[in-house]
Order: sequence, then C-alpha cells, then structure tokens
Amino acid sequence: MTAAATEPSRAEAIRDDRVATRSLAARMLSRPEVGSLVGAIVIFALFMLVAVPFRNVANIGTILYGASTIGIMAVPVALLMIGGEFDLSAGVAVTTSGLAASLLAWNFGLNVWVGVFLALALSLAVGAFNGWLLFKTGLPSFLVTLGTFFVLQGINLGVTRLLTGNVATADISDMDGFASAQQVFGSEISLGPINLKITVLYWVVLTVVAAHILLRRQVGNWIFAVGGDASAARAIGVPVRATKIGLFMAVGFCAWLSGMHLLFQFNTVQSGEGVGKEFIFIIAAVIGGCLLTGGYGSVVGASVGALIFGMTQLGINYAGWNPDWFKAFLGVMLLLATIVNVYVKRKADLR
Amino acid sequence: MSVAATPILELEDIGKSYGNVHALRGCSLRVRQGEVTCVLGDNGAGKSTLIKIVSGLHDHTDGVMKVDGEPCRFGSPREAQATGIATVYQDLALAPLMSVWRNFFLGNEIRRGPLRVLDIDRMKQICHDELAKMGIVIPDLDRPVGGLSGGQRQCIAIARAIYFGARVIILDEPTAALGVKQSGVVLKYIVKARDAGLGVIFITHNPHHAYLVGNHFVVLKLGRVVLDAHRDELSLEQLTAEMAGGQELQELSHELSGADPGKVAAPAAVEHGQVEAPDLPPVMEAEEERTA
Ligand SMILES: Nc1ncnc2c1ncn2[C@@H]1O[C@H](COP(=O)(O)OP(=O)(O)O)[C@@H](O)[C@H]1O
Ligand SMILES: [Mg+2]
Repeated sequence: MTAAATEPSRAEAIRDDRVATRSLAARMLSRPEVGSLVGAIVIFALFMLVAVPFRNVANIGTILYGASTIGIMAVPVALLMIGGEFDLSAGVAVTTSGLAASLLAWNFGLNVWVGVFLALALSLAVGAFNGWLLFKTGLPSFLVTLGTFFVLQGINLGVTRLLTGNVATADISDMDGFASAQQVFGSEISLGPINLKITVLYWVVLTVVAAHILLRRQVGNWIFAVGGDASAARAIGVPVRATKIGLFMAVGFCAWLSGMHLLFQFNTVQSGEGVGKEFIFIIAAVIGGCLLTGGYGSVVGASVGALIFGMTQLGINYAGWNPDWFKAFLGVMLLLATIVNVYVKRKADLR
Repeated sequence: MSVAATPILELEDIGKSYGNVHALRGCSLRVRQGEVTCVLGDNGAGKSTLIKIVSGLHDHTDGVMKVDGEPCRFGSPREAQATGIATVYQDLALAPLMSVWRNFFLGNEIRRGPLRVLDIDRMKQICHDELAKMGIVIPDLDRPVGGLSGGQRQCIAIARAIYFGARVIILDEPTAALGVKQSGVVLKYIVKARDAGLGVIFITHNPHHAYLVGNHFVVLKLGRVVLDAHRDELSLEQLTAEMAGGQELQELSHELSGADPGKVAAPAAVEHGQVEAPDLPPVMEAEEERTA
C-alpha cells in the first residue's frame, strides 16, 4: 500500500495546464445567491432614495416582518426546488394548518396547545401525502401539488363554513393555552427603537439551519443529488424517496409554523387566505438562484429573495406609490433576477 | 489454478422482463473473488439489464441470485452497496450540477465529530488523490461535473467504484467513452482490483479488451447466455468469432503483456482505497477529448 501513497505526486506531473485555477472572486460570483444579493442592494438603494419613511430605523422591524412571513416558507420551498420538486399547495397549506388548530381547539373545547400539535401532525401528513402521491402516481409534482392545492383550498372553505357557518374561525383568544401559545408564535421583541416580531427570529434560524443542512450535511448532498439526477442518485445508493418525502414534510412543518403565526397574530383565520402565496415562495426561491429544473440553488438566496419582497412591499407603500403596481413590479424583478443569475453565473464559469 | 470454493456472487437461471420484453432469459453467472468475469454481447443483448439486477437497481423476475451461497434479493442499490458491490453504470453516472467531490462521495459521505458534519477537506483530498491515481487532475474539485468531458466523468465514476468497491466491482462498458490511453488505465485498474482480491465483472462489447484482462467469459445474445467459458478453454479468435467485429489493439496488448491475464488472485475484502494505482507511464498526456 505504500506505493499508493507516492502515486499522486507522480501523477501530478500530468496536471492539465489548460485549466487555470479560478480566482476567489470568480468563485464567489458563481455562487447561486449572487443575483439576489445584487437585487437586494439595488432595491434597498432605490427605496432609500425615493421613500422617506424607508430611512426610518423604526421601520426596519416592519420590513423584516414582511420578509419573514415569506422567508419562513421560501426556505423549505427552496430546499424542495433544489431537490427537484414544486409544492403549489404551500400557500393554502399555511391556512389549512391555522384553521385546523383553531377549529379543533374550538369545536372540541381543547387546550389550544392540543390544537397546535394536532395541526402539526396534519401539516406533516399533508407534506408526506404530497410526496407519497408523487411516487405512487409518477406524475410531476407540479400536477400532484396543483391537485392538493385545489383540494386544500376547497376543504379550507368547506369545513370552516360547515363548522362555524362563517368564512373565518371564531376568536379563540379566551381559550386555555392561548396566552402561552401567542408568546411562542406571535410575540414581539424590542431591540432599541426596533420592534422585531418573533417570526423574524424563526426565519433567521430556519435559514441558518437549512443552509447548514444543505452544504454541510449528508442529507444536503442527497438533496442536491435527487434534484440533479434522481435516477443516478438512486443508482449510487441515495434514498431518493425518503429524501423527497422528507422535503415535502419540511414544507409542511414550515406551513404549520406560518399557520400558527397567522392564528396567534390575528386570533382568527380567514378560510380563503393563502391562495397565490405559493408563487411568491417559488419566486423568492428563484430570485435566490434556485433552478426550476432542480439540483441547484441556495436557501440563503431564497431568504434574500424574501427580503427583496419585504422591502418592495413596504417600499412601494412608503414611497406613496399605488400598491396596485406591486405585482407588476414583482414580475419585472423576477425576470431581472433570473437574467442576472444566468448572466453572472456564465461570466464567472468562464473566468 | 486455485479457485475460491464458493462464488461470491451467483446467478441461476435469472430472467427479467420489462412488460412483454424479455430482456434476459435463463442467465447463469458466477463471480469469484480474485477473478475477472467478462460479460460480452452486442448492443441490446441484455448486459446492462444483467448488472442492474446484481447492483440492486432492478429486481429479477425469474431465477435465484446468491451472495456467498445464500439466496438474496436486493431491494435497492443501497443494499447491494452494503454487501460491498460497487457499480459503474453505463447510463447513470453523476449529477451534472454537483461538484466533483460531492459526486465522488455521494451516498458514502465522510462525516466527522459528534455532530456528523461533512468532512469536506478530507473528502476533497481523497477525491483528488484517487483521480490523480487514474491520471486525471481536476484543478478545481468544486466545479460541477457537467462541465467536464465525457471521458473525465467516466473516470470519476470508475475511480469512485474502485475506491468504494469492497468485494465486487461492476463496470458496464467503462471504456466506451474513453480514449485509448484512458482505456488502458482502466484495464490496468481491473487487473489491480483483481490482484487485490476483488471480484470484477467487466462488461464490454470489445472482445480484445475482454481477453486482455478476463479469466472467465460469458457471451450474451438476445438475452440468453450463448457461451460460458474459462480462459483456458477459449482463444481470442474463438471469442472474437462469437462476437461481431473488433479492432486491433496491438499496442495495448503489448503494454499489458506483463499483467498475466490468466492469473487468479487470492480472494479478499478490501478497505476503501486499498486498490493500488496501476503503473502508469511517467508522463501521460492530458486527456485530449473535451467538450467545447
Ligand atoms: N427500462 C426498460 N424498459 C423496457 N425495455 C428495456 C429497459 N431497459 C432495457 N430494455 C430492453 O432490454 C433489452 C436489453 O437491454 P440492455 O440490457 O440495456 O442491453 P445492453 O446493455 O446489452 O446493450 C433491450 O432490448 C432494451 O430495449
Ligand atoms: Mg448496456
């Protein structure tokens, strides 16, 4: 075996001198989140310039809050997209979770926390069901989750109407356990002049944990692999099914977290809420560098994408523009970010 | 010639149907440690189907597969790998957007510490060393493999199988995408793996390549075994006659003349990376083919 040790040094002689080592700058620029960072800086500068209240430090809390409600979902949606799948039911799944906790606690007179944990089980089950159906039918996740999207949307409206005769759940703020649950899911922390909603904390923690898992853990390697080439990944021994179902369940978990915030922030949940949000999560992930085809992307990028949303949403408000334009703005940003992503990446790869 | 008593892997009357396509019918095959078993056959003969059964990717529809004499069925490629069978697939290679080192260690990631975090530095080092042994140096292991040439990608897949194959290495047409020199390196590696005591299944439709390194030859035609012979019972001419066509490979034959293809090495289970690199010529040109 000693011969083996000397082998590499000898083979070094045949180093291919046509390929130069890339500079650090080029390597940084070829990272997936670059486009979103550039976008965030541009948007930030724009609103600092045109919107006076945007410069007010106290408004940072409001901007971050808006970003966090999207970011909490954009992170798992980005992981799922890197794993090669979509979840179009992610938006209404948030509502489903909030409704479930509220309706269960209310109808059975349970402690609110029991409702909260039943909702968690339900959300994880919805995620697992999406994944299971994907493998069972062999259909693309776009179709499978489009189905769940409509089913959940219908159930949200139908069950709420059936149980309450109304389009929203009853106020549960006087029930046992509400106060402590509100502390966990809807409280606010003051940092000097800035009031931070607890969702900002969840968002940051989720981003850090997800980025760590993706880049520094075995499962992260598997996520890239199942998104990049699922059959090659399976052939080399990666548990493709478990990885993908796990990713759908991660979306379920975060939908639960968002749903609980929704419930404990407003005490009631509107059953029609959440439709259209799924695209916002996907857009944040795409702005953050995730490829629609899977196998490539970044959760930090997705969070920056969410931040861009938060800034834009409030920036338009603060600038005194008509918020009707928000969606048009979004579409333009999506296109720009994607073009920048592709352009920067190509440039950096050639360096 | 001493031959290990129980074959490490044995297929008895194996059959596989894809719907109404009977890709494989009544195939028998024995793989012994320290031996190179060559499976030959034209395109569509069923070679890939055969090895996909052995590597756990497909389930056979007829017959029995035995590992160490015990009947067994692999539910997934992971189970096959757990028994020490590593495969280089013809059509399923690497995730194109993933970096070289991530692909190399995919499914076998090295983790360290109580938190089981990826040991990236060590994986990169090993990956670099193993590729260097094959005569390939990729300056930036963080590059996605999609940007490499087909030959380089094939070499990564082969280096990975050689590194992780503990008892059996299966190579499905490994030389098909390679130039003459890289093919030579692969053939030498096959010899090295055999000498380290592994069982090797070498799939090719090139009888010359097969005869340079093989101990045992199985020829498939339309999903059936039409020839199953030991090297002693067969000449290259007979083998070639069983197959169609073939090119002259005098040069390679000369290079490998000292390798004693008929040799059978003592069986062994091998730790990761214990298969030595073959003796390469001191200066080897960098690989010529490269995608533009
Ligand atoms: N997944 C599949 N579904 C249906 N038929 C297949 C599949 N894979 C292979 N076959 C058929 O099985 C036969 C043998 O294929 P294969 O094992 O790939 O041949 P070889 O590797 O010897 O070229 C071919 O006729 C091929 O069309
Ligand atoms: Mg084949």
